[in-house]
Amino acid sequence: MASSGPDAVAATAVDPSALAASAAALLAVLPHALGGVLLRAPGYDEAAAWSATLQSLLPSDAPVSRLPLGVTDDRLIGGLDLGATLATGRPIAESGLLARAHGGIVVAPAAERLATRVVATLASALDHGVIRLQRDGLSAEFDARFALVAIDEGTDDEVVAAALRERLGCWIALPARWRGEAWPLPTRDDIAAARARVAAVDDPEGRAAEALTVTAVALGIDSLRAPLQALAAARAAAALDGRSAIVEADIALAAQVLLAPRATRFPAPPPEDEPPPEDQPPPDEPPADPPPDTPPPESGESERPLEDRILEAAVAALPPDLLEALAQRADRQLREAGRTGIERAGWQRGRPVGTRRGAPRGGARLHVLDTLRAAAPWQRLRGRAPGAGTVAVRADDFRIKRFVERAGRTVIVAVDASGSAALNRLAEAKGAIEILLAESYARRDRVALVAFRGAAAEVLLAPTRALARARRELSGLPGGGGTPLALGIAVSLAVAEQARRGGSVPTVVILTDGRANIALDGSPGRPQAEADARSAATAFRARGVAVLLVDCSPRGEPFARELASLLGGTYVALPVADARTVASVTRALVDP
Amino acid sequence: MGLVFPFSAIVGQDEMKLALLIAAVDPSIGGVMVFGDRGTGKSTAVRALPGILPQISVVKGCAYHCDPAVVAPACAACPARAAGKEAKVPVPVVDLPLGATEDRVVGALDLERALSRGEKAFEPGLLARAHRGFLYVDEVNLLEDHLVDLLLDVAQTGENVVEREGVSVRHPARFVLVGSGNPEEGELRPQLLDRFGLSVEVRTPTDLATRIDVVRRRDAFDRDPVGETARYHKDDLKVRRRIEKGRAALVAGVAVPDAVLERAATLCLALGTDGLRGELTLLRAARALAALDGRPEATLEHLRTVAPLALRHRLRRNVLDETGSTTRVARAIAEVFAA
Repeated sequence: MASSGPDAVAATAVDPSALAASAAALLAVLPHALGGVLLRAPGYDEAAAWSATLQSLLPSDAPVSRLPLGVTDDRLIGGLDLGATLATGRPIAESGLLARAHGGIVVAPAAERLATRVVATLASALDHGVIRLQRDGLSAEFDARFALVAIDEGTDDEVVAAALRERLGCWIALPARWRGEAWPLPTRDDIAAARARVAAVDDPEGRAAEALTVTAVALGIDSLRAPLQALAAARAAAALDGRSAIVEADIALAAQVLLAPRATRFPAPPPEDEPPPEDQPPPDEPPADPPPDTPPPESGESERPLEDRILEAAVAALPPDLLEALAQRADRQLREAGRTGIERAGWQRGRPVGTRRGAPRGGARLHVLDTLRAAAPWQRLRGRAPGAGTVAVRADDFRIKRFVERAGRTVIVAVDASGSAALNRLAEAKGAIEILLAESYARRDRVALVAFRGAAAEVLLAPTRALARARRELSGLPGGGGTPLALGIAVSLAVAEQARRGGSVPTVVILTDGRANIALDGSPGRPQAEADARSAATAFRARGVAVLLVDCSPRGEPFARELASLLGGTYVALPVADARTVASVTRALVDP
Repeated sequence: MGLVFPFSAIVGQDEMKLALLIAAVDPSIGGVMVFGDRGTGKSTAVRALPGILPQISVVKGCAYHCDPAVVAPACAACPARAAGKEAKVPVPVVDLPLGATEDRVVGALDLERALSRGEKAFEPGLLARAHRGFLYVDEVNLLEDHLVDLLLDVAQTGENVVEREGVSVRHPARFVLVGSGNPEEGELRPQLLDRFGLSVEVRTPTDLATRIDVVRRRDAFDRDPVGETARYHKDDLKVRRRIEKGRAALVAGVAVPDAVLERAATLCLALGTDGLRGELTLLRAARALAALDGRPEATLEHLRTVAPLALRHRLRRNVLDETGSTTRVARAIAEVFAA
């Protein structure tokens, strides 16, 4: 690479801007083998600048596809080309967006919001380099070797799906005002020359493979794709520098660009220290390394194993705030785990139950294939010779798709975790919720958890089917602080509305002792808190969400009963109702 | 599709390989469900199957891979049966890609012929293509429920019945269903899991030497697929012979002594697996493993080896118990076999 000499290994901190430039060059040489990039940028300009840099390095005819968020299967994978089919009188397959990106890149803005199915399709294409089409009476396979530029615009609780992150070799966090021109990049011709060379680049004795695998483990990277991609990157680096074999500088660069950003921990002992024995694979110890006490033949550092030097180079490229970033990442991943399984709105939902005759109006979708099928047998009668090229389609032939919407259910459990509730049998309330969770599991409902205490109401768990996680959140829920009942009701309603927009039917279960003492604005004081709770309940009722209020106060709280009626819901007092009763009342609410 | 990574070059993944071998020897075992994290190469072993499976004889030109040796009810797609033309083909390993629509899975009206000639003809789907082979579904949890149910139904009955658009077709579709899924990406229905014969867990190896081996072999294959395939060809052939011998041994009969039967029952009782399916699969798998080992009867050791595969996914699930099924099975095995 232009920025580092052939044998120089950076031991001081590495400029992330330079690494971002190196990533573009490496990716341009081996787009498919490196998978692509996970790009985080402070703003649109930086992300655009990086993408433009990558494009300037790729062959001029390399296609660039943008992935729209709401992309449908027929656009993504491909489907029947109606025009060509009608013109030729035989079924013609149309390739999708991914197949058209073959040899180029796919840019996915807001990658954190891609639907699960789109993610899975992308992942499969990245793995196999082909798109298999088995749709609408068509069976085809298209080459689709592309690199994915996934732009992560996620905030705290939105992350790019792990299935995608895992497959993207380069993770880049662009510094502000990043510009590609600021870096000595190879030219398009250099890249082309490197591409021609890269397949023949040798990894002498498999040492790069070993060093990168060891480094990945030391950085806490579990996936084996990471070292494989890093190995490919080392080859690309060697090819860019015109070498026919990988040297240490190539391995170091690959570790810095591909492995360091994916680190999940600091290497166990700092690399300045004596290397730990388990980091040295005893059987594969390269024989080239002289014993520590003989004078080193090359440089002062060569007495240490290659793995250690590579690890040191990678550590130099670790972001300075790694620990903080790691904590954040772990947090985001947890949130993601709670979100999995949610299919976002915008997808047609429900089970297709065939088609029926009718015009594609009022949101009904034309089923092209069935329409053609309906028209096909009549062609001779309509005066078309077989193979004449066009199909006569009459209004009678139109077929529209029918779906049975199997409305999923979402049970939103809002728990009053205030100090007073903690005294008043919070533990028993938790027991009731656990039974609810188990039943929800059996019914394949989703469950969301909201907790309110002090001045805040928090969505502990967005709607999920991961029951074990719900239970964990619940058992770890501390009690204490005031009772912001109004806020609890408002947040539950927000979650319920969101679930409803996603096509699911929400049911809210509120567990409280009814002792509201924190107003909506966070100020303490019982009268205002109760007034706010009343108006929140009234607003709630207007939205028509089924609700159950479980009163967990010792003798039944009149205000809780009043709220239940304001909410338009069912009231159950825990003193008289045990956990099983609460569960059965909820069941009655959910399955009327 | 070019060359695929050879079966014998796969490092580790012993449980996965064992399950596939058992299914190859006894396809009636009922399919294999593969659980695993991302990037563990869940699909690699499945895609490598044609390399280790003995080729099958088919009626030449038949869309359903009819076996010439079997006097089947008249197959409309066997034009050459009368002429007695046969062909040897690799065992089909069919991929069910994401986004596949039902008409392509079960088969439907042949659009081309309908369009160009105005004829009603049936075009076989993926189920027909998978007959006598394997059908692989990556990320089963992302497939629509009704498609999964349909697959399991056909896998169980061995027959695909199509009644749509005025075509009425019934054809054999016996295949081993191999599904993969990541439990973190959505729970799988217990009813669905129970219908798989075996299940395996694939994990990224933690041992450093193994990891380096995996990376090197993968890299070697990516750079020289032809050379690497040739390198492992002999080993693949050995596996193939083992399967052939195992099949023959199973046909000849593998005995299951009373002691093994009793231990199987005790184990299922200890784990509280519902129904007989678990126990039957357990014995079947033990028998298949004995056949693979060239033994005339199944031993307790065979039983012990296959128990996690046959039972792991059938535990009555306590949703609030986070102890993994694998751990629970291992614990029960240790107890039952210590007694």
